[in-house]
Amino acid sequence: MSDNDVVLKSKGLGKSYRMGATKVEVLKGLDLAVRRGEFVAIIGASGSGKSTLLHILGALDKPDKGTVSFEGRDLGRQSGRELNRFRNKMVGFVFQFYHLLDELSVLENVSLPTMASRSILGWFGCRRRAKKRAVELLVQLGLGERIKHKPYQLSGGERQRVAIARALMNKPDLLLADEPTGNLDSVTGNGILDVFEELNKAGQTIVMVTHDDRIAERAGRIITLADGKIRT
Amino acid sequence: MYKLILATRYLLKRRITYFAVLAVALCVFIVVVVMTVMTGLVGDFKEKNHDFAGDCVVSSESLVGFPYYEDYVGKLEASEAVEGVSAVIRSYGLLSPRGRDVNRGVEIMGIDPARHSRATGFGDTLHHRREDVAKAFVPSYDPNLPGCVLGIDLALERDSNGGYAYDSSPRRVGFSISCFPLTARGALAGAGTALANTKTFYYSDHSHSGLARVDDSIIYLPFDEAQALCGMAGATKRINAIHIKFKPNVKLQAGCEDVRRLWAIFKTEKANESQAYLLNTVAVQDWKVHRRTLIAAMEKEQMIMGAMFGFVGIVTVFIVLVVFYMLISHKSKDIGVLRSIGVSNVDIIELFGGFAFMVGLAGSGLGVLGGWQFLLRINSIERWLFAHFEFQVWDRTMFAIGDIPSEVSPKVLAVIVVSAIAACLIGALIPSWQAVRLRPVETLQVNQL
Ligand SMILES: Nc1ncnc2c1ncn2[C@@H]1O[C@H](COP(=O)(O)OP(=O)(O)OP(=O)(O)O)[C@@H](O)[C@H]1O
Ligand SMILES: [Mg+2]
Repeated sequence: MSDNDVVLKSKGLGKSYRMGATKVEVLKGLDLAVRRGEFVAIIGASGSGKSTLLHILGALDKPDKGTVSFEGRDLGRQSGRELNRFRNKMVGFVFQFYHLLDELSVLENVSLPTMASRSILGWFGCRRRAKKRAVELLVQLGLGERIKHKPYQLSGGERQRVAIARALMNKPDLLLADEPTGNLDSVTGNGILDVFEELNKAGQTIVMVTHDDRIAERAGRIITLADGKIRT
Repeated sequence: MYKLILATRYLLKRRITYFAVLAVALCVFIVVVVMTVMTGLVGDFKEKNHDFAGDCVVSSESLVGFPYYEDYVGKLEASEAVEGVSAVIRSYGLLSPRGRDVNRGVEIMGIDPARHSRATGFGDTLHHRREDVAKAFVPSYDPNLPGCVLGIDLALERDSNGGYAYDSSPRRVGFSISCFPLTARGALAGAGTALANTKTFYYSDHSHSGLARVDDSIIYLPFDEAQALCGMAGATKRINAIHIKFKPNVKLQAGCEDVRRLWAIFKTEKANESQAYLLNTVAVQDWKVHRRTLIAAMEKEQMIMGAMFGFVGIVTVFIVLVVFYMLISHKSKDIGVLRSIGVSNVDIIELFGGFAFMVGLAGSGLGVLGGWQFLLRINSIERWLFAHFEFQVWDRTMFAIGDIPSEVSPKVLAVIVVSAIAACLIGALIPSWQAVRLRPVETLQVNQL
């Protein structure tokens, strides 16, 4: 595998949580590489550290040991501003519990990443284009009729699709999803996976966490997390 | 942009925000009303004391008074800084309406009405002779009788609204006034057979200074008569005080310094006179110091009120802090989401700061508006309460304060509004600062604040 192809690479990742006197070592020197255009599923038992790993990969958390590099740049060496840019432009995050902002409409939630990276004037400059992109994404995800709704008016599956649209808004190089179907019934969950497959076919790199083997099978590559390391 | 949208949405869509706005509004309302009434009362009281005393008072602690004053008055009148000078006899005496066998102690003030009006606000306190102060001691019913000006509460009854039943012209009433004349050594002078000097004066007008202690115990007499009654009109004439008013452009302290300087010169000139020792009892004071026993009490009250409302302010800050703490803890998930999409900490603090600013602005706006409207009506409300329930904030037959002060000072308002907004900002910044210090994942997990 050529190094140019690798979007995301981690080396010797270590992470532990301290709970009073006891120290829980969750990740123990984990190495991982994700190539551009891959659809990777990370599986593992509950508590094996899947979410922890994904948060570190998306720069929402910091490892105690080891490095994460994205397109060759070490995230650990980046400034706060650069990390914010990374979170805004390079990765899109999909959470198990959707995490939409209740006060904003579906369209506003989806547009949020673009709004967040611009000043008021900048926003007025690109508002049309951003709105068009958000609507396109929502239509693509089957939510064309829902753009004015508020999150609480949507079903779980619909909310997750809004969250996916938000994650894709700034055309990230990498889509990270933490149990995106964990809160949904199997039919709805399959719908979400269909979306992922389609996105992947169009070239989107995806790393998805799940504890369900059958869901993982939809991905191109399955990585098993056990005992703080990748099992090979 | 999202900051503005989100802040506005938080403001409009969350019911708890309304409570925050309401809490701010209530506290601002209370502080506005109390501060206005309190500063109004104190300001009014000070002004009345100022009117009563003039700018500067040269006075002797002793009832014996001090001599040679004509020379000093001459020096003062020649001074650039001085507008009016009034030499005054101050003493105590007994007042009894003629033909009745009752008497009461009063404070006697012997003045030249025209001069005293130039040095103090005396002329404006008169009723019948306000336009012709020089004739204050001339009874309109018989110009040949010796007149006296009574403190209004000695002359007229006060009704429950604090008003008086004025007569169109003064009634013909005579009062006999007895004084206890003192020699220059401070002994009672045996004038005639009795120890007291007595003379009858006729009610020519009354004086309404608005100071309860003055209005119910003072009687003004013509200067010469008072001087004679008090035994101060001998070969070496004496007085008790000189009231001075400065020209409008003269600063109070500078004026008083000038008066002090002239006094020192005067004292040296008279050092070898036989009664020069009496000059040592004299002090030069500005009106605030001269009336300090009264004003200090009032200011102390104001300070205590201020402190109490300082506590109200602290409680407000605390309430606002708690409300924001709850609100933002509730929104810590939002903070996590915002940070997961790359919003910076500064922007998040700005977002909640902006939100707090809006709450503060809305709350203090409401509070100020409410307070202002309430103050506009406070006196009619009080009158209505009195008409229906006999309730009065203070009993007008006892206190010489008419309406409840209700003039809103823009400065006070500005201070209150700025403090309220600052309280909101502090209340919001503490929890949002705590939220952004966490790693994004921590805020995404269940509320940890
Ligand atoms: N903030 C924290 N403090 C202490 N321990 C934590 C914290 N977050 C996670 N852990 C511990 O780390 C371990 C891994 O947690 P993680 O959430 O990564 O597991 P997971 O594989 O995602 O599990 P699940 O499939 O249930 O989501 C768990 O044992 C958990 O108790
Ligand atoms: Mg997990």
